[in-house]
Amino acid sequence: MKASAIVKKYTMTIALVVVFIFFAILTEGRLLYAQNISNLLLQNAYVLVMACGMLMCILTGGNVDLSVGATLCLVASIAAQLLSKTSLGAYATIAICMAAAAAIGAWQGFWIGHMHIPPFIATLAGMFLFRGLGRVLLSSKTVSIANKTFLDIFSSYITVPGIDKDVYWSALIVGVIVAIGLIILTIVNRAKKAKKGYEMKSAVSEFTQVFIIDILILAYTWQLAHYKGIPIMLCWVLLVVLLFAFITSKTAFGRYFYAVGGNEKATKLSGIDTRKVYFWGYCLMSILAGFSGLLVAARIGSVNGDTGLTYELDTIGACFIGGASAYGGSGTVSGIIVGAILLGVINQGMSIFGLDNNWQYVVKGAVLLIAVIFDVVSNHKTGKA
Amino acid sequence: MADNILVMTNITKLYPGVRALDNVNLEVKSGEIHAIVGENGAGKSTLMNVLSGTIPFGEYDGTILYEGRKSHFKTVRDSEELGIVIIHQELALIPELTIGENMFLGNERKSRFGINWDETFSQAAKHMKRVGLKDSPMTLIKDIGTGKQQLVEIAKALSKNVKLLILDEPTSSLNAEDSKMLLDMLLDFKKQGMTSIIISHKLSEVAYVADKITVMRDGATIETIDNSDRSIDEDRIIRGMVGRELTDRYPSRERSVSDKIGLEVIDWCVNHPVYTEKRVVNHVSFNVHKGEIVGFSGLQGAGRTELARSIFGKSYGTSITGTLKVNGREVKLRTERDAIEAGIAYVTEDRKVNGLVLVDTVARNNTLARLEKVCHRGIIDVDMENSVGEEYKEKLRVKTPTIQQLVNNLSGGNQQKVLLSKWMFADPDVLLLDEPTRGIDVGAKYEIYTIMNDLVAQGKSVVMISSELPELLGMCDRIYVMNEGEMVAEMTAAEATQEKIMGAILKSDKKGAKDESKGA
Repeated sequence: MKASAIVKKYTMTIALVVVFIFFAILTEGRLLYAQNISNLLLQNAYVLVMACGMLMCILTGGNVDLSVGATLCLVASIAAQLLSKTSLGAYATIAICMAAAAAIGAWQGFWIGHMHIPPFIATLAGMFLFRGLGRVLLSSKTVSIANKTFLDIFSSYITVPGIDKDVYWSALIVGVIVAIGLIILTIVNRAKKAKKGYEMKSAVSEFTQVFIIDILILAYTWQLAHYKGIPIMLCWVLLVVLLFAFITSKTAFGRYFYAVGGNEKATKLSGIDTRKVYFWGYCLMSILAGFSGLLVAARIGSVNGDTGLTYELDTIGACFIGGASAYGGSGTVSGIIVGAILLGVINQGMSIFGLDNNWQYVVKGAVLLIAVIFDVVSNHKTGKA
Repeated sequence: MADNILVMTNITKLYPGVRALDNVNLEVKSGEIHAIVGENGAGKSTLMNVLSGTIPFGEYDGTILYEGRKSHFKTVRDSEELGIVIIHQELALIPELTIGENMFLGNERKSRFGINWDETFSQAAKHMKRVGLKDSPMTLIKDIGTGKQQLVEIAKALSKNVKLLILDEPTSSLNAEDSKMLLDMLLDFKKQGMTSIIISHKLSEVAYVADKITVMRDGATIETIDNSDRSIDEDRIIRGMVGRELTDRYPSRERSVSDKIGLEVIDWCVNHPVYTEKRVVNHVSFNVHKGEIVGFSGLQGAGRTELARSIFGKSYGTSITGTLKVNGREVKLRTERDAIEAGIAYVTEDRKVNGLVLVDTVARNNTLARLEKVCHRGIIDVDMENSVGEEYKEKLRVKTPTIQQLVNNLSGGNQQKVLLSKWMFADPDVLLLDEPTRGIDVGAKYEIYTIMNDLVAQGKSVVMISSELPELLGMCDRIYVMNEGEMVAEMTAAEATQEKIMGAILKSDKKGAKDESKGA
C-alpha cells in the first residue's frame, strides 16, 4: 500500500493519535495518569455501547435514532425505582429493564420498519415520549441506587486476592494473555487461509498491525494495573463491541444492513425483507440504549429526569466522526470506536485542562464538521461519492 | 476551414491510471448532424464533457476551436453562453416544478420584484411549439412521460439560443415511435441551420439521421465516416467500433427446447399499486419451456415489466390473481424470497436503481440474492464469497481490476454482467430478463447473448423482455407480443418479423379504439 493510501485509510486513527498527544502535552502529562486512562473508558462507556446500535441505524441509509438519550433515562429510572421501592433484587431488575428496552425497541421498530414512519420523526416522538415517561416515573426527583449487587455487576473492579495489592497485576496478566492470544489467532488464521489457498494480506502489514495493537493493549492494561485494576464495565463494553463487530462484518444479518443502505430497492428485489432490517436496527438500538441506562445508573449511583440528556448527540457524533456514511451503506464498528474514543479524549482532555464547559461544545462541533467534510472531500476526489 | 463550427485537436484527458482520451481529433461542420459512436468506455461522454466545460479548461490537453476562436470553458455556463448545450442521458428536470419553471431554471425571466411569470410561460409555450409539445407550460414535469420530458429538454436548449446541440443517448428510454419523432425533429432543425452532435448506441438511428459518423474506440477517434448520402449500413459502423468484422451479431446455438414446461402463467391479472382501479396486466397467459428463450415485445407501458415483477413474488402491483406453475407444480409466491426459493429470478431493466448496490463491491453484490449459499449458520464465509466472486468474474468475463472494486466504478456492460452473475449465483430455473442489453455496447451485448445461450443449454427457461425487435428476432425461440396490458399475439421465431410484431400491436390498438367508440 502506498503511504497516501495508508493515510487515507487510517485518517481518524492518526487524528486520534495526534489529538491524544496534543492533550497529553497540553495537560502536562495529566491525561496519561492511570486514573484518567481508566476513567476515559468509564465516562464514555455509554457512547461506545450505543454507537454500535446507532451504526446499525445509520447503515440503513443515514437514519439516526434521536430517542436513545430518552430511552436510556426511562430504563435507568425503571431500574432506580425497582431497586429502591421494591424488593425484587438486582437480577430481576436487570431482566425487567432489558425487557422494557426490548419493548421500546419493538415499538420503534414496528413504526419505522412496518409502518414506514420516517425514522427522524418516529424517534423524535420517542425522544419526547420516553423522556416524559421517565420523569413521570421519577416524579421529577433524583432517586439514588444503593443496591450493592447491582452496583457491583456494572461498576466494580476485578481484583484477585493474593496478586492484587498496591499494583493490580491481574490487569496486566490479562493484557499479556490477550496480546499473545491475538498473535496466535493471526498465525492460525493465516495457516488456515494458506491451506485452503485463499488470498492473504502481506505478512508484514498484518503482523505490524497486530504488533501495534498488542503494544496498546499492554500499555493500557499497565495503566489499569496502577489504578484499581480492570473495571467490570470494560468487560461489558468489550462484549457489546465485539458482538456488534462480529454481527456487522461476519453475518448475513449484518450484511443486509449494508445492502439496505446501499440500495434498498435492489435489496428488496434480492429477496430480503427490508422491513425486518429496519425493525431490528431500531430494536437493537433501543436495547443497547437501555443497557447503557443500567451502566450509567450504576456509575453515577443515581438517576434523575435529565439523565442521558443529549447523549444521542454524542452517540451520533461518534458514528459520523468514525467514518459512517451519512448516506448509509458504509461504516464499521472499529471506525466508530475510534470516533467515540476521539470524542472522549477531547472531552476529557479539555476537562483536565480546565476549559470552560461551553467551549467544549464549540470544539466538539468543529471536530464533527471537520471529520465529515474530510470524509466527503476525500471520497469526492476518488470519485466514490 | 471556415465552415467548421467546431474543431477539437489532440484532446487528451488523463484520470489516475486511465487514459480516458488520447489525442482525440474531431471536426464538426456548421449545420450538420454529427454522430459519435463507440463502445461503452470509449470516451464519448468524456469528450463531450471536455467540450461543454463540465471538465474545465486546464484539466485536459489540446485545443478547442469553436466558431474559429479558441475556447477556455471553465464551467457549463461558459459554453452555454456561446450556444453549446448538452442534454445528458439522465434528464436533468425537476419533477415537482412546471415545464416553464424547468425551462428557465437558473436563467429566470425576471421582473422588477421577482420572476416574471407571464413572460416565463409565454416564452416557454413558444419554444415548446417548436418541438411540437402541446401541453400547457404549467404542467408539472412528473405528470408527463419520458418522451415528452426529452422534448422539454430540447425546448430548454432552444430557449438558450443553442447553436450546437449535443444529445447523449437521447432515445435510450424512448419507444420506437417517439424516437422517430425526435430524430425527424433533429433533421428539421438542421434545415434551419442548427448543428447537432448525437451520441447513440442505436446504429440504425445513427445511420438514419447523421451526415457524418465519428467512431471512437479506447479513448481515440478511429475514423470519421461520411454518410451524407445515407449509404452507410450498420455493419460498416460496427466494424469500426469493435475493430473487427462482426459476422454474426447473435451467437448461434443448438435448439435446446424441451417438452417440459418451466414456467406457466394462467389468466394473470394485476392492478396498478397506486391507482388500484387501473388494470395493468389483463388476463395474460403464457408458458416457457425448459431450454427455451421466449421474447416479450411491446411498446413502453405495455405491461411487460409489470407482468414480470408481479410474477416475481408480487414485487409490483395489487389485486394479483391467476395461477403460476413452476416445473409443472402450482406455486403461491407472496414475497421476493418465495420467488427466489421457487427458482425464479427477475433481472431488472434498471440495474442502477433496482439491481445493484453501487457502493458495494463486486463480490458482495454477487452473493446478495442467495447469501445463505456462502453462509454457515448465518455466518458469512468471506473466503468462500470471494472465491465465488472470482469464479463468476472469470465465467462472465467481467472487466474489473479486482472483485473488491466498487460496482459503481465499472462500465455499464460490466455492471450488467455483475447483475446477471448475481442472479445466476441464485441458481434459478426460470430467469426473467428485463431489457438485459439496455445501454450497453455491441461487444458486451454479444457476450450477454452468449450467457443467455449457455443458460438455456443448461435447461433453464429464459424470458427476455426487450424493446429492440432485431434482438428478439435474433435470440428467441418464440415471441409474445403485449399491448396495453394484454397478450395480443404469439409467434414462433420462424414466422416472426418486425412488420408482423408491429402489425399485431397496431391492430390491437385499433381494436381498442373501436371498443371505446362502441362503449361511447
